[in-house]
Amino acid sequence: MKATCWMGVHRVEVRDVPEPKILNSRDAIVRVTATAICGSDLHLFDGYVPTMEKGDILGHEFMGEVVEVGTAITNLSVGDRVVVPFPIACGGCHPCKRGLFSLCENSNPNAGLAEKAWGSSPAGIFGYSHMLGGYAGGQSEYVRVPFADVGPIKIEDDSLTDEQVLFLSDILPTGYMGAEVCDIQPGDTVAVWGAGPVGQFAVASAYLLGAERVIAIDRFPYRLEMAGDTGAETLNYEEVDVRDALRDLTAGRGPDACIDAVGMEAHHGSGPINAYDKLKQGVRAETERPHALRQAITSCRNGGTVSIMGVYGGVVDKFPIGSLMNRSITVKTGQCHVQRYMRPLLERIQDGDIDPSFVITHRMSLSDAALGYEMFKKKQDDCMKVVLTP
Amino acid sequence: MRNPPPPLERLLSRTTERRGSNTASGRRPNEDRLAKGLGWFSLGLGLPQVLLPSRVNRLIGIEDNSRNRAIMRAVGLRELGGGAGILDRPRPGGFLFARIAGDLMDLVLLRAAFRPSRKGRRRVAAATAAVAGVAVLDIVASARTSRSSGSTTADGGIRVRTAVTVNRPPDEVYGYWHDFENLPNFMAHLESVEVTGDGRSHWTAKAPAGTKVEWDAEIVEDIPDELIAWRSAEGAHVPNSGCVRFTSAPGDAGTEVTVELEYQPPGGAMGAAFSRLFGEEPLQQIKDDLRRFKQVIETGEVVRSDGTPEGTRTQRQFHQDEAQPVG
Ligand SMILES: NC(=O)c1ccc[n+]([C@@H]2O[C@H](COP(=O)([O-])OP(=O)(O)OC[C@H]3O[C@@H](n4cnc5c(N)ncnc54)[C@H](O)[C@@H]3O)[C@@H](O)[C@H]2O)c1
Ligand SMILES: [Zn+2]
Ligand SMILES: [Zn+2]
Repeated sequence: MKATCWMGVHRVEVRDVPEPKILNSRDAIVRVTATAICGSDLHLFDGYVPTMEKGDILGHEFMGEVVEVGTAITNLSVGDRVVVPFPIACGGCHPCKRGLFSLCENSNPNAGLAEKAWGSSPAGIFGYSHMLGGYAGGQSEYVRVPFADVGPIKIEDDSLTDEQVLFLSDILPTGYMGAEVCDIQPGDTVAVWGAGPVGQFAVASAYLLGAERVIAIDRFPYRLEMAGDTGAETLNYEEVDVRDALRDLTAGRGPDACIDAVGMEAHHGSGPINAYDKLKQGVRAETERPHALRQAITSCRNGGTVSIMGVYGGVVDKFPIGSLMNRSITVKTGQCHVQRYMRPLLERIQDGDIDPSFVITHRMSLSDAALGYEMFKKKQDDCMKVVLTP
Repeated sequence: MRNPPPPLERLLSRTTERRGSNTASGRRPNEDRLAKGLGWFSLGLGLPQVLLPSRVNRLIGIEDNSRNRAIMRAVGLRELGGGAGILDRPRPGGFLFARIAGDLMDLVLLRAAFRPSRKGRRRVAAATAAVAGVAVLDIVASARTSRSSGSTTADGGIRVRTAVTVNRPPDEVYGYWHDFENLPNFMAHLESVEVTGDGRSHWTAKAPAGTKVEWDAEIVEDIPDELIAWRSAEGAHVPNSGCVRFTSAPGDAGTEVTVELEYQPPGGAMGAAFSRLFGEEPLQQIKDDLRRFKQVIETGEVVRSDGTPEGTRTQRQFHQDEAQPVG
């Protein structure tokens, strides 16, 4: 079968690889009908996530048709149409029972690697390095789905297109969780750093959850425009001093909640500072470029919440801990506990509260995945979200 | 009066009190000293690199331009971070490995990034040799501190102890373990256990180089839902004993399972050292076994991925298959 393989920094190739087999009795094999490229994949593409091996199959946002099930699977049958959540979770461990699916204690067979880097291991993730399990991803024709009795959600409503439900696998729940953990109160102002797909859904979710105002921050006009269409006010961080602008917009208070939807590869408006952090990241003296996060913390109102949805991998320096501590800021973060949000968000889609397909700008065949990565990475042709079909 | 040994020798000197004299942290004093020494060395090396990069550049004979100063500062920052990490940890194995990586990085930078003038070459060569020397020390210290897991008993045996929390009530967890025929489901080295009755069982384990070890074991203590202790019967090739304790975890978190194993490695201490060379670290092994035990109890079986198709094994984590379906 054809699959998108990571072949080194800035190199992906669609290659012929063996078809997946059932390895555990709770597995299912899914024939992929739609899959997407995520901002998280760019961190792999750019080589900032350790423990990738040449040949690893990428992709953690995918859906399709069940073609085979393991002996222990009774909830799914061949022919079912499913969307698969990106964290792999067993449903039986303590975190899974409490709904913290991305912290499943059983789904990472390489937990020892993650423990070396982070102290303890989170859940395994499809197509996301060996320290997160070494699972083949879903940017391929077929994919093995472990714990198929816990993760995949059946889509029985045929009036919904793949494009409308595909993002239940990751970015819609991620944007939603980013806003939900802010405990938004009536009258609140929410600022969102990053107007990529995750940021777009964070903006939309903040409104769904009752925010009075949402402010989106990015540097690409087409991305800011899309957030504007959802109702957000917008700031271009290359044109204004973000912290001052946010103070102005909130009469000196600062936003009640600040969502980081940027992550470890943030760009800095000032050339030298950008170059400095890039050099340090390059020699691994720090592993992140945390400009957006620093700004989110120092911009937040006293006693407010900073929600970190952007992905980070290691250590940062010049972390504004003093601002955080002295001003009683609450930090909420994590890989999204997707399984928890799929059902309620599917209902929101069915009810017409949100149609997530608005972020799709590029539709390509799976065999053009390399081009898709390139365009999404370089934000060419106003690229917002690439959907691949095998 | 004897002169005190020079510092480096003192760092490396192996004391005779080695066996059975573990410190509270489980790290032996001489390893501690080597590691700590390297930690302070890192701080000592890093500070001038960060604060006075020009001086350091001139000292080691590379051109003092802005690019080289920036690189020197980066190297210094890395050095400071590594030093702090080593000194901060009771068991700095990971940070020592980071140091090794850092040393290699320094070697590469010194060789490739800095193209020295002709007369600077000798100094760069000296600096390179110094860094290479430190890299060797790092490797020694790292290997020593990271293999000091588990402890050695007075008669040269190996004793390991570790625990895991399983999200099921004690009676169920005890029940699964109590049926010794279940043990090979999660203990990677066991091929089979056959219960022969009357608290006795026959065990078969895989040994290095495709060989097998067999022995009989007997249960010496059995408190339902609380504890099982066993030991190998008279005449076992690898005399061993084990004890597993089940206690209710606080809150509703299930059962805390604590395992203690003791065995006399074949070939004595040499045999143990030899198998470690191939990654057969006893503590790591039992930790992996318990991780698989948790998987089996909580999910029904050992969890497999494309990179690790046979399931959790630490050794395997460093030789991953590519994440592609097995052909
Ligand atoms: N927590 C989770 O579960 C989860 C899930 C999916 C994605 N993510 C992460 O969310 C992040 C965003 O994902 P995406 O798909 O939207 O990626 P993306 O690359 O399309 O979006 C990132 C956006 O951030 C903008 N940006 C860069 N620097 C900035 C700065 N200093 N200030 C403001 N904006 C800045 C970029 O211009 C870009 O538009 C990534 O880090 C991704 O890994 C996390
Ligand atoms: Zn994603
Ligand atoms: Zn779980």
